[in-house]
Amino acid sequence: MARVYVKEQVCIGCRLCEVYCQLSHSGHKELVKAFRGPNIPVPRLRVEVDKHVSFSVRCQNCEDAPCVHACITGALSRNSESGQVICEEERCVGCWTCTLVCPYGAIRQNQAEKRMAKCDLCPEEEIPACVANCPNEALIFAADEEQVVPEP
Amino acid sequence: MEKVKYLVIGNSAAAIGALEAIREVDKEGSILILSDEPYHVYSRPLISEHLAYHRPLEKMLYRDTGYYQRNNINKRLGVSVTGIDPVAKTATLDGEGTLKWEKLLLATGGAPILPPLKGMEKEGVFTFTRLDDAKSIDDYLDSNTVTSAVVVGGGLIGVSVTEALVKREVPVTVVEMKDRLLNTILDGDSSAVVESTLRRAGVSLETGRTVVSINKDRAAPGKAGSITLDDGRRLFCQLVILAIGVKPRIELVEGAGIEVDRGICVDRHMQTSVKDIYAAGDAAQAYDCIYCQNRVVPIWPNAYSGGRVAGLNMAGVKSQYDNATVMNSLKYFGLAMTSIGIVAPAEEGYEVICWHDSHFYRKIVLKDGQVVGMVFTGDVEYSGVIFSLMKDKVDVSPFKEKLVSPDFNLACLPEDIRREKLSRISL
Repeated sequence: MARVYVKEQVCIGCRLCEVYCQLSHSGHKELVKAFRGPNIPVPRLRVEVDKHVSFSVRCQNCEDAPCVHACITGALSRNSESGQVICEEERCVGCWTCTLVCPYGAIRQNQAEKRMAKCDLCPEEEIPACVANCPNEALIFAADEEQVVPEP
Repeated sequence: MEKVKYLVIGNSAAAIGALEAIREVDKEGSILILSDEPYHVYSRPLISEHLAYHRPLEKMLYRDTGYYQRNNINKRLGVSVTGIDPVAKTATLDGEGTLKWEKLLLATGGAPILPPLKGMEKEGVFTFTRLDDAKSIDDYLDSNTVTSAVVVGGGLIGVSVTEALVKREVPVTVVEMKDRLLNTILDGDSSAVVESTLRRAGVSLETGRTVVSINKDRAAPGKAGSITLDDGRRLFCQLVILAIGVKPRIELVEGAGIEVDRGICVDRHMQTSVKDIYAAGDAAQAYDCIYCQNRVVPIWPNAYSGGRVAGLNMAGVKSQYDNATVMNSLKYFGLAMTSIGIVAPAEEGYEVICWHDSHFYRKIVLKDGQVVGMVFTGDVEYSGVIFSLMKDKVDVSPFKEKLVSPDFNLACLPEDIRREKLSRISL
């Protein structure tokens, strides 16, 4: 299954992954337009920072995903072809039960629409926007996890 | 006699959890699902949206309309089961004969607790656990002049129906026997936050009070016109919702030789005291990993996961139900709040750590260095991270203060815990 990998030691905490995630989900091509509002998209990932430690975290499409089991409306399900956890956003009522069980805190809240927002690996793009725009190559995209071998 | 491999009684979260687990393992074995409700499986928590906004059934469906057929599941909806025979492995259907099963799941759910209240047979008195209840209340609002309502019970159901009624512009008074709302799932401080939110929305609260009678309407004696509180005061209301709680529906197993306590007792495999008979959801009394005992925890996500464990075991794959506890995500009048595990310990031996400002509040409860409970209000996005530390029984003593900090995030976790948590995505 496709996945974004994180190199904590080279992440500089610049949050450009969040910014380009927002742009990618804004329907615009230019940053200034995406951030001009009124509906600025919610980043579907998050940069976690504490002192010198930083890394970005997004949905990991867990096996036996607890959010899919917990979802009270059936909005969350697993796509049997891609293996990804997907959200049919029009069925989400923003009850945040998924948030109760996500061990990564990877579910973001779209407060304007009262719906959850999660990483969809940018289906329109060859490489997710966060990875493509990481200035320090702290994010690696693998279309198939077999391709990735941790560095020694 | 008709025979099925898997018989599932009930058609809600626990039933679907079991069906999906069975079909992951056994694509062929015959499955029959029976329910006394006539509807395609719907999300029960959304009945409050049905009442508040007329959300249609099509937009409440938990699985799409092609779901049963696609998964090769037979269903009979609107049919009651009148008895089961655990020895002969049969079930008798109301008016539809008897059938034989190999594995049985009791996902019969809960029924509203009805207090022995004088006048509760009057028109205008409802419960609120099923779609039909929401429809009945909706019809009653449309065909009667309801200038105020009384909700008896300030638990999850009571507050949900209160919010729906307020959205229908019906003034509501909530009568709660204990001294605070949501007292079984929140602590005192977070209850107070919910109470002030409700008051701001115009709801009147009568805590520490009970209703002693529902009285007739002078103009229409068959209908409710007021209630009398235990202090003698009378509140005029044309609508009364009884929302004291739900109790496991165990009538099918009574006298069938299956062990019952408050609910149907199940082991870690969700099997009852009788082989090949399983129970899950609001009907079951299953293991709680924080309380370390079997309890009735009638909440949707646990029904699904308990049903899933039952289904896997029914299909021959050993699986255990061992990391669930009581947990709730509330969102009344726009206020987000999460609560997991033991939030208001009654005994000694617990440590409580809180953080709050004028708007938000975070609390964790520890025992022997492990988190056993939490309440977050406002920003609740990291609730699941705390819950994962609870389930993994991590000793959080060295960093416990950080867990309630408004700046808490995954990077605050000690390196070894963080690395293990992110092992699958770290390079």
